[in-house]
Amino acid sequence: MRRAFAHTLTELAHKDPRIVLMTADLGFMVLEEFSESHPDRFFNVGVAEANMVGLATGLAASGFIPFIYSIATFASMRGYEQIRNGPVLHELPVRIVGVGGGFEYGHAGITHHALEDLALARVQPGLTVIAPGDHRQAAAALADTYQLPGPIYYRFGKRDDYELPRLDGRFRLGRTEILQEGDDLLIITLGALSSEAVLAARLLGNRGIETTVALVSSLQPPPWDDIQSLIGKFPVALTVEEHYPEGGLGSMVCEIAAGIGASCRVLRCAVGTSPGSYFGGERYLREANGLTGQGICATALKALGVHDA
Amino acid sequence: MNQPAAHIVAEGGLVSTAKQIRKIIIEESKRANVGHIGSALSIADIIAVLFGNELRLIGTDDPLRDRFILSKGHAALALYAALHLEGVLTEGQIQTYCKDGSMLGVHPEHRLRGIDFSTGSLGHGLSIGAGTALAARMKRFDYRTFVLVSDAECNEGALWETVMFAAHQKLSNLVAIVDDNGQQALGKTKDVLDLQPLAEKWDAFGWEVHVTDGHDTTCLREVFASLDTALGKPKVVICKTVCGKGVSFMEGKVAWHYLPLSDEQYLQALGEIEEASFS
Repeated sequence: MRRAFAHTLTELAHKDPRIVLMTADLGFMVLEEFSESHPDRFFNVGVAEANMVGLATGLAASGFIPFIYSIATFASMRGYEQIRNGPVLHELPVRIVGVGGGFEYGHAGITHHALEDLALARVQPGLTVIAPGDHRQAAAALADTYQLPGPIYYRFGKRDDYELPRLDGRFRLGRTEILQEGDDLLIITLGALSSEAVLAARLLGNRGIETTVALVSSLQPPPWDDIQSLIGKFPVALTVEEHYPEGGLGSMVCEIAAGIGASCRVLRCAVGTSPGSYFGGERYLREANGLTGQGICATALKALGVHDA
Repeated sequence: MNQPAAHIVAEGGLVSTAKQIRKIIIEESKRANVGHIGSALSIADIIAVLFGNELRLIGTDDPLRDRFILSKGHAALALYAALHLEGVLTEGQIQTYCKDGSMLGVHPEHRLRGIDFSTGSLGHGLSIGAGTALAARMKRFDYRTFVLVSDAECNEGALWETVMFAAHQKLSNLVAIVDDNGQQALGKTKDVLDLQPLAEKWDAFGWEVHVTDGHDTTCLREVFASLDTALGKPKVVICKTVCGKGVSFMEGKVAWHYLPLSDEQYLQALGEIEEASFS
């Protein structure tokens, strides 16, 4: 998704002179297309994220559309107060680009695992929060939203070599996209981890359990109507995200369920372990948190009362 | 390209403007029964020179207007006073200071005409100012950006990120002004977190450094007039000031960072300001 972002932004910048890209000294082998095509609108500000947010605020107030790029942890948290008091408070079109949500930075460790970025972004009024499911959707989401008047937080995954089945790059702000339909179970998924949700649905299908998989790509605005409609049809819904259970996709679905008085039981598949307790690659960390296809499948079977998994 | 704004300088010049700003600070802080008086008095002369003489097209939404960011937002009352004297805020608006539903709080709010950015969290304003300065250069506009920071604000690490960036990018159109009154919320800056030698620090970071008496309107005007914002390094004007300047019982007293005025203190403060001449 990060290369799809860089490529799409480079193309958009050919037509739109307002686009500026800043990085806090990250983006090796990713941002070169933009920096070489638009050197006058590319700034490596150094390892200084808080300053980068302030710079972008000033640029946005002067008519530019600045994108500020870093690893999702640093992009979302180091300058968080500057984001709140800058583009959020002033309603300015700053685009905060956080790369590599969840465990995508694997062995780099907890300092590089964004497990609360979506929760932090979601509570800021007027901050649009977008987390695409694959690289084609990332490109579509960027092209569709970059001109919005207010600020945006994008969580882009690292992989550019995987496409979710039946998504075909669709993106609609504040809507869900249905990846497959079934009557027995609802899985609501988000971001790069959606590949595992799709795998879980296939494993469940092998056991005769037909699953609807709904992809959420924007947490703010929430896809309220779509989620309301979906959870009204199922007794059990699983939410799947590479994030702490609090504040992200699962919380959003629970808020909607509570808001409409739905009888649907919502189980949140998320990162439940304490940070820093172990090191490992992305796959290992997903397994440790039950966030592989097999792990999600097992949680689903348990929720459905099938105990021989 | 820009024409200087038609500044409404009080009769008697900038000294008189500063005196009027101080009077408004005392009157409105008393009316609202709030503090931060010392911090506002500390910058009254700087604000008088900027708004009475230096800033172009202030209070307009002209894209070529000079930008001013009061990064030490807790001194907003001085800014409101200047905007009132410039005709941007009415008498009625000024008198809503800190009232429920008012646009005039202890810290400035960008929805108010004449305020480009909301401030109040220290260490943020200079980065926004560097952004507007960078934007001016990219658009080939000749407006300038002035950011007024407190000396204690230089405790903030984020400020130095911007100091490095602005020097690296040679943002000659960015002017930082440091209200160097040597005081912060809980004590003297030299006792809390010593900043000195402050001028040498900014110089070492690649800025063009000017040090002046922050209460001498003639010196301030001359320093600002001397800045070549079209070329060279970013500029910093370190203004040697006294917290609470103009009111004898406040000057240099840490408590006046916070305290409101009693009736007796109010009358004494107003009387001293009426009689004083600062230049």
